[in-house]
Parts: sequence; C-alpha cells; structure tokens
Amino acid sequence: MDLRYSSEQQVFENEVREFTLANLDPKAARKVLEGSRLEREDFLTWHRTLHKKGWVGVGWPKTFGGTGWNATQQHIFDEVTADAGAPQLIPFGLRMVAPVIMNFGNKAQQDYHLPKILSGENWWCQGYSEPGAGSDLASVNCKAERVSDPAGDHYVVNGQKTWTTLGQHADWIFCLVRTSSEGRRQEGISFLLIDMKTPGITVRPIIMLDQEHEVNEVWFDNVKVSVENLVGEENKGWTYAKFLLSHERTGIAGVGRCKRIVKRLHNVAKQAKSNGKPLIEDVRFRDRLAQVEIELRALEITLLRVLDAEREKRQPGPEASLLKIKGSEIQQALTELTMIAAGPAALPYVREGEHGAADVEWLSSEAFRYASGHYFNFRKTSIYGGSNEIQRNIITQLVLGL
Amino acid sequence: MDFSLTEEQIALKDSLGKFIARDYTFDDRWKVIRSSEGWSRAHWNQLAEIGLMALPVAEADGGLGGGGIDTMVVMEQIGRGLLLEPYLGCAVLPAALIKAAGTEAQRATLSEGLASGETLYAFAHTEPGQRYERAAVAMSAQVSGAGFVLSGKKITVLGGDCADQLLVSAMVSGDTGASLFLVDAKAAGVTRLAYPMQDAQRGADIDFSGVNLGADALIGTRGGAQAAIDYALDVACAALCAESVGVMDELLKQTVEYLKTRKQFGRAIGTNQALQHRAVDMMMHVEMSRSMALEAAVAVDNPDAAARAKAISGAKTIIGQGCRFVGQNAVQLHGGIGVTHELAASHYFKRLTMINVTFGDSDWHLARYGDMLLAAA
Ligand SMILES: Cc1cc2nc3c(=O)[nH]c(=O)nc-3n(C[C@H](O)[C@H](O)[C@H](O)COP(=O)(O)OP(=O)(O)OC[C@H]3O[C@@H](n4cnc5c(N)ncnc54)[C@H](O)[C@@H]3O)c2cc1C
Repeated sequence: MDLRYSSEQQVFENEVREFTLANLDPKAARKVLEGSRLEREDFLTWHRTLHKKGWVGVGWPKTFGGTGWNATQQHIFDEVTADAGAPQLIPFGLRMVAPVIMNFGNKAQQDYHLPKILSGENWWCQGYSEPGAGSDLASVNCKAERVSDPAGDHYVVNGQKTWTTLGQHADWIFCLVRTSSEGRRQEGISFLLIDMKTPGITVRPIIMLDQEHEVNEVWFDNVKVSVENLVGEENKGWTYAKFLLSHERTGIAGVGRCKRIVKRLHNVAKQAKSNGKPLIEDVRFRDRLAQVEIELRALEITLLRVLDAEREKRQPGPEASLLKIKGSEIQQALTELTMIAAGPAALPYVREGEHGAADVEWLSSEAFRYASGHYFNFRKTSIYGGSNEIQRNIITQLVLGL
Repeated sequence: MDFSLTEEQIALKDSLGKFIARDYTFDDRWKVIRSSEGWSRAHWNQLAEIGLMALPVAEADGGLGGGGIDTMVVMEQIGRGLLLEPYLGCAVLPAALIKAAGTEAQRATLSEGLASGETLYAFAHTEPGQRYERAAVAMSAQVSGAGFVLSGKKITVLGGDCADQLLVSAMVSGDTGASLFLVDAKAAGVTRLAYPMQDAQRGADIDFSGVNLGADALIGTRGGAQAAIDYALDVACAALCAESVGVMDELLKQTVEYLKTRKQFGRAIGTNQALQHRAVDMMMHVEMSRSMALEAAVAVDNPDAAARAKAISGAKTIIGQGCRFVGQNAVQLHGGIGVTHELAASHYFKRLTMINVTFGDSDWHLARYGDMLLAAA
C-alpha cells in the first residue's frame, strides 16, 4: 500500500506540467482560472494542441490512437491540466460516444468517426433526454422509422431531445431513438449517430439560471438518417446507453477541477477581508473550507480505488454512482463557499459587455465576479448524468441489495 | 400570547394579495424585469395608494405608524409575489433610519415625501472590501467651513439605482463614530453605476468625489449615527425574514405541486419516499422560519437594543439556513427544468439565495449571536 505517486509517476507528472505550461494559451487559461465563459474555439484550441502531442485520447487504448495511459496516469493528467487552467476536454465525443463506437460500432464507423473525434474536427453532443424521459430514460419516444430505399435503407427521425449540452456547437449528435414499441420499453431503443447539418434538425437555446446559454432543445422533423449510422444492432441501444452512462459517471467526479477551486479559495480567503481581518481568520469560514478540502481528499482516494479496480478490466461498477454523488456535492459545496466568501459581492449580476460590467472594478479582479453565477449553474451537477436520487437508487439496489 | 392579526392587518394582507393576483403574475413580472427601470412606477404608486409607503413612518411624522408586524405582513406578500419594486430599500430601510437618526424637524420634512411615495430614499452604507460590517465606515466627510466634503465609495446600494435622495454613512475626520448625511443623488460629484442584482432587483455602486454638503445635510448628531444604523439594519433584516417566508412558502407550494404532476417511471415523482421526505424537510424549514420571522418582527419594536439584536440575529440564522435548504431542494426536485431561467421556481430560488447574503448571511448572524453570548458570560 502506498498513496504516493511512484518516481515514474512523478516523472510523468512533471512531463505533463511542463508541456501544459509551455503550450496552453494563457488567455484561455485566464478565462478558466477566473471562471468566465469559454468560447467554442477556446475548447478546440487546447484539444488540437493535445491532439498534436498525441495526448487527447486520454482514456483510449493505443490501437485507436489513444494514449494507453493507466488510471493513475489519467488522473495525474486531469489534475495537472486542470490546475494550470486548461479548458475541460468536452466529454461527449472523447469519453462518451467514442467508447461506444470502439466497443459496439462497426469498422467503417470506427474508421470514420474516431479520427475526427481525436482531431477535434467533429464536436459531439448527447441526445438522450427528452421532456418526458429524464430519470426514466427508457421511456424515450423520439421515433426512428426504417424506410427501404433503393439507394440504401434509412431511418426517418421525428421527435425532440432536450437539455443537450453545448448542442449549439455540435457537428454530430448521438441519440437514443425508439425503433420499436413492442416488448419491454428497453428493448425498442436504438443508438443512432446523426449529422447535425441534416435537414429537419432545429436547435433552440435554453437559458440557464446563470442566464447563460449552455443547453438546448433539439427538434427532429422527418430527419433522414442512413442505416449506416446505426450503432450495433437495432433495438439493442439500451445496452450501449448503459455502458456509456457508467463511463460518464466516473468522469463526472471532477476531482482535478475541484482541487483548482480549492486552491483559488485559499487565495480568496487570504485576500478578502471580513471585519477588517483576512477571511481565513473567520473560524466558521475556515472550518467550512477545511471540511470540503478533507472531503475532496477522501473522494480522490476513492476515485483512485475505483479506477484501479477498472484497470483489472472490470467495467466501472455501481460504485461509480458514489463518485458522481460525492463529486457533485463537493463541486456544489465549493461554488457555494465562494459565493459565501463574496458576501455582498455576490449580489450584482455583471456580465462582460453588459451593464457597464467593466466599471464594477471592485469586482472585476476578484474571483467573486462570477461567484453567484457559478453557484447557480452548479446546481445542475446533482441533476445531470443521472440525478443524485437516481444514483442512490442504483446503489440501494445494486450494491446494498435492498 | 396572541398570534392573530388585527383587522387592519388582515385587510392590508388581502389587498396586497389581490394586487399580486391581478397585476403581478409571472408574465407581468417578466415585463417589469425587461423594462429599463427594472421595476414599475405604476405599481409603486398603486402600493402607495394602499398605504404601504406611509406604513413604516411614525404617526407624529405624518405616517401610519406601523410596527414590526405590519411590515412583516407586507413583506411576506411581497415575497410571495416576488415584487421588484424597491419597498425594502426605498421605504422600510430609510424610514427606520430617518426615524432613529433624524432630529424632530428633519423627521417631519423628510417623512413627507417618504410617506407619500413621491421621494425615493436609499441607504448607502456598504463599502468595497467589506462583507457585512456595520460600524466599519471608511467613507470620509471633511469639515469644510460650516459644511462637509464627502469622498468615498459605496457598493450594492439597494434601490441606489433610482433613489432621489441618499442617506450616506460617513466618518467625519477625528470622530470615532459614524455620521449620517443626506445627499441629493443628482448633486455634483455623485456618480452611480446601476445594475441588476442576481435576483433581478436593482442596485448601484455610488461614487462620491468631493461632494459639497451644507451643515443641514447632517442627519441627527455628528458621530452619533451608529445606533440608528444598527436599528435600521435590524429592521431591514426582520423585513427580509418576513419576505423570505413568503418566498419559501410559495416555492414549497410550487414544488409539491410539481411532485404531484411530474411523472417518471409511470407514476408521479412525489410517490418516491426519498422525495416525500425531502419535501417534509423543506416544510419544516418553512415553519421554523415563519416562527423566527415573527420573533424578528416583534423584536424590532423592542426598545432594548441588545435583546432586539439577539432576536434578529437568531432569526436570520435560522432563516438563512431555510433559504438555502428550501431553495436548493426546490431546484433539485424539479430536475432539469429547475435550473432554467424560464421557470418561476428558479426565480424564487435566486431571491432566497440573495436574501441570505443581504445584510449578513446565516454564518455572520450566528457569529453575532454567539458574540452576544460571550459578552454576557
Ligand atoms: C445542465 C444540464 C445538462 C444536461 N445535459 C444533457 C445532455 O447533454 N444530454 C442529455 O441527454 N441529457 C442532459 N441532461 C439531462 C439530465 O440527464 C436530466 O435532467 C436528468 O436525467 C433528470 O431528468 P429530468 O430533468 O427529466 O428530471 P426528472 O426525472 O423529472 O426528476 C425530477 C426529480 O425527481 C427525482 N426522481 C425521479 N425519479 C425518481 C425516483 N425513482 N426516485 C427518487 N427520485 C426520483 C429526480 O432525482 C429529480 O430530483 C442535462 C441536464 C442538465 C440540468
């Protein structure tokens, strides 16, 4: 038993740090560190930088052009890049649809899609949820009807997806569609890859609590999709969907990002004043900071334990649900603590280029500027990726056997 | 013990309730949010007609002489309807300040416009780099001839975007206690940066650079404003407590309704015991908060400042925690729709969040309460 990194791992850590510091665009890093909203290009520039280095397929096997890194290496990479302020690698292509295509897609799909995911040429979004199918995902109702066609069979897709994160940037969407209404609901679902440029697709923004555009409704009106874009077998989509969800849950814990926020909170607590003294001298605030920092360490070790078990070729088990719950709770605790530290600075709604935001100079240099917006925004983390209640149901049934 | 409202209070509550039902639907409110002022003069005048602006002004000064419970009744309704008109910032808070700090003559002159709703006042107190300090006033007032020159900056002034007259706390050089000055918002040297708050209410940062004031701008006695400031902020806290009960109660109602109507897995989500119990916990927070809002409302009329302060901080501790729990869980139980800007419940959540961080969050008030225990030990 040893909780420290080996000397080999330390060498790796240094290598990642050096590369990141030398190649990360400082403008993007500043945005990340101060918490302002990133543009599509900010994400893509970093993605391409990593691609050139051969580091973008973090969890991918080498056969598909991935890094082949083990779990600890992946964790080190996540931690070091997050700490430097690197934009998050958007998971929908790299971490979600790619493993599905690797495991269940055909050769043509692998050859076509995987390189474009790696290069960043195609931005993916996730079309699972519908207005009537949230927690109860198996009730998806977006229909795909198979039509025979001399030029090759195709599906005609009709219906609506919703909560599609960053769908406004996406080139492709992977969808759970209903191809049969017979038998168990889970048995009539298929997994389709759809080009967002196909005629009949409409993307409508949904504005979130922080008044930003992050999610969308995606509407399908007689959208023609070639059967070549069906992954695996028709009506077997539920199996692939579940496979993907378990991957989503380990990735969602966000330990690296949390560590960065903790670090920032340390600075904030030293700089901000309460009753004329540094906020860190306020015992209530200090206790809260200490508490969440300790919980984060517990989460990190748990994550490493789960990843280590995965290394032995075991699928992420229902324990992944624990990471999702605890990770989201810690992310929320951290954004809340930042808002609490802000005090009255949490009140104004300021946004770049609006309401003379640049003039609110006592806010502009502070970590507080986006404090409330982040707090509001992060309420999502206990809802998406399977709500924390649903995760608890999974643990109840599959781990505890209750 | 008597928990009943007077007939006048019931009438007040009913007329406000009717006003909200008729003129302040969620759609009406959107129009107000999107207007350039961010609140409605027409609504303000309607509220003045019901007597709301005169309510917190003493009878001797031409008002209705309402007490803590009267303000509570009003604020609870304001919370229920999520009103954007700056009643707290431009009526309740300045009325308390003028009442506690002004000389008899000042009270009479200032109260007229206040009670009619024609003049909007705002209290400019918090400064950059401060959190909730009440006595740490850095803004300077230099003696100059018979008058003063005011320099410094105030931030997050509630109603500071629209106030005609500003009540500004400042320290006259050499003094050990704060003074209060009346400053015309249009005076030379006053610049304000107005902005919406996170919950769509409005506020402003206000710069005072060498603002010349006459001797008569001093409200009450020089260096002697702190007790009045403490009183007024306690009154404001009690009002926020009452408002939050209206907000929480309404938000709980909306959430329970959603639990009954939203179906997943072929049944209402409210049939899941995990969610039922969460709703119960929310309800318990609402009821504890309601009790403490009462405590706070009664306490503002208590002449014993220490007893008042303790009750207010006790109340705002419990209520800050209630705001947090009820708000967060309302969003959670709504699922994805709960994090959208278009849902009414989201706006209630944001208001609750901002109430907690206005004039001291639950941690700050817990500390203030604890300090009083320590001082008495
Ligand atoms: C910001 C954001 C981004 C998202 N991004 C995407 C995306 O890119 N692609 C995508 O497909 N989806 C996305 N989602 C959708 C997300 O997965 C769903 O919101 C989530 O599954 C919950 O579904 P719902 O919103 O319909 O809530 P509901 O399922 O209606 O749930 C409402 C409440 O009831 C609870 N509940 C429901 N059933 C039970 C039960 N059996 N036991 C106990 N409690 C229960 C839930 O926990 C929740 O508290 C996103 C959501 C958000 C908020």
